[in-house]
Amino acid sequence: MLKIENLHVAVGDKPILKGLTLDVPAGEVHAIMGPNGAGKSTLGYAVAGRPGYEATEGSVSWKGEDLLGLEPAERAAKGVFLSFQYPIEIPGVPALTFVRTALNAQKRARGEEEVSAPAFLKLVKAASAALKMDFDMLKRPLNVGFSGGEKKRMEILQMALLEPSLLILDETDSGLDIDALRIVSEGVNALRSPDRAMLVITHYQRLLDYIKPDRVHVLAGGRIVASGGPELALQLEAEGYDKYLPVAA
Amino acid sequence: MNAPVRIDLKDVSSFPSRRVEAWKYTDLSRALRETPPVSPYADVAPGGPFAALGGDELAVVNGHCEGRSGLIAEGPGDHIARLRFVSTADGTGHQARVSVEVRAGASLLLLESYEGRAAGYVSNVALDISLGEGARLTRVVIEDDAEDAVSIATAEVSLGEGAHFLQTVLTTGAKLQRHESRLAHPGEGAEVRIDGLYLLDGARHSDLTSVVSHGGLNGVTSQLTKGVVRDTARGVFQGKIIVERGADGTDARMGHHALILGERAEVDAKPELEIYADDVQCAHGNTVGNLDESALFYMQQRGIPADEARALLTQAFLIEVVDRIEHEGAREVVREWLTARL
Repeated sequence: MLKIENLHVAVGDKPILKGLTLDVPAGEVHAIMGPNGAGKSTLGYAVAGRPGYEATEGSVSWKGEDLLGLEPAERAAKGVFLSFQYPIEIPGVPALTFVRTALNAQKRARGEEEVSAPAFLKLVKAASAALKMDFDMLKRPLNVGFSGGEKKRMEILQMALLEPSLLILDETDSGLDIDALRIVSEGVNALRSPDRAMLVITHYQRLLDYIKPDRVHVLAGGRIVASGGPELALQLEAEGYDKYLPVAA
Repeated sequence: MNAPVRIDLKDVSSFPSRRVEAWKYTDLSRALRETPPVSPYADVAPGGPFAALGGDELAVVNGHCEGRSGLIAEGPGDHIARLRFVSTADGTGHQARVSVEVRAGASLLLLESYEGRAAGYVSNVALDISLGEGARLTRVVIEDDAEDAVSIATAEVSLGEGAHFLQTVLTTGAKLQRHESRLAHPGEGAEVRIDGLYLLDGARHSDLTSVVSHGGLNGVTSQLTKGVVRDTARGVFQGKIIVERGADGTDARMGHHALILGERAEVDAKPELEIYADDVQCAHGNTVGNLDESALFYMQQRGIPADEARALLTQAFLIEVVDRIEHEGAREVVREWLTARL
């Protein structure tokens, strides 16, 4: 489903990804683990199309379609969703307005009918209740003054409403206490389905206790240097990333 | 800057140049080298951007108004008046002097519009506004001038004891445009809010200048101006608050914030506080920046196309000024006016 081949990405003059190859079949959850500075966030940005993170070589395709030639919003309409490690605050734009604008823009791009305001409200009420979110919070500007946990829930709420088919979670566990981590993970797990693929980027094994991956990959020095089953995450937790660092150097 | 410049379109020597400090960024003598031919009489149908809000209409067309030269609000109730300045003749010039009087205890919503329906005109408007004791005036101004017009509007405002003057000016600029407000604040119980919004593209220019002079104790002034400039447009904000000797307890706050969205666009800001009294609270803040790139990417990542994301962020930035308009009907008209121009 997601096919990344020999991806090279430089940020400024600095090469970050140096020939990354990865396949995530439909219905699977793959974890990307690696030391700080390995290029984990860069991978998420490159797939989502962040300016400044353009590929210099290689390809990224989603459901057989090339992503690299598309604008970020076009990729989103194709189902790509990147959950940010630090979700951005948007002053002046209420969360409800933001999500409805995004949902309808995606629907327009796909030639689908837009969602009416009452229908949207009904969707949001159900989705926010499932995430134990205070509905009134959604009338406030997006993420402004939200706690770390609230911001992450807001990300999951957007996922639930936008129904992406490729989910990239960038360090979703950072800044979460155990209760919030459980709620967020339940939200993510509820989205697991045979026609979705997920890429879970994380430094620690902890998140993978809650979101169980089918495969685990080690990203170091801008490439995938090892792949395995869930046991690889446990091994990394026990042994650290040291043994992969010489490979990276 | 304390002495106002009187402009007479029939006298080229009255046009200030940039050598006049208060007109440094708005060089009228350069934009207007000779006196323009006088605009003809014309009629317009009732209407304007605030038509839906009803009220009494005074239309000044090409500098001429039918029979009267002012508005008076008195007696109980919330009065509404629409004051329209309409330009309909290409390449001609006109000037008008209009008075607005809100008598003691009265309340007026003044909906003022500058409507350019011709090319290359010159408009010079002077307003004398007076508020009696305890009077309340909400002045909402929409300036829709032609891109090649020269448009100057100056208001002298006097406030009686305990009067409330609440002003919001919204503009898209012109070839050269200036909106100036000069207020004498009596202090004690009187309150002034004087806001502005400019949204300029192409080669448009807009200058929002104000002088608020506090002469009495415990006066309150709040000022917020926000602007966005694109292309080669130029926004000018000159805000001056004077606290005269003895005007203790004055509380004056001024903010000007602008976004520059074009590499060749320009903003000139001159916030000034002149304080001659003790025990006052005065503050001003001035920022100039760009749209937040990470916010733009975040919005696009969620499926909002780049242009729509920019418009949404721009509106979010400017809407604070609109939200400060207390009158719901006027606020909605302004909100729609703004949304249509983003």
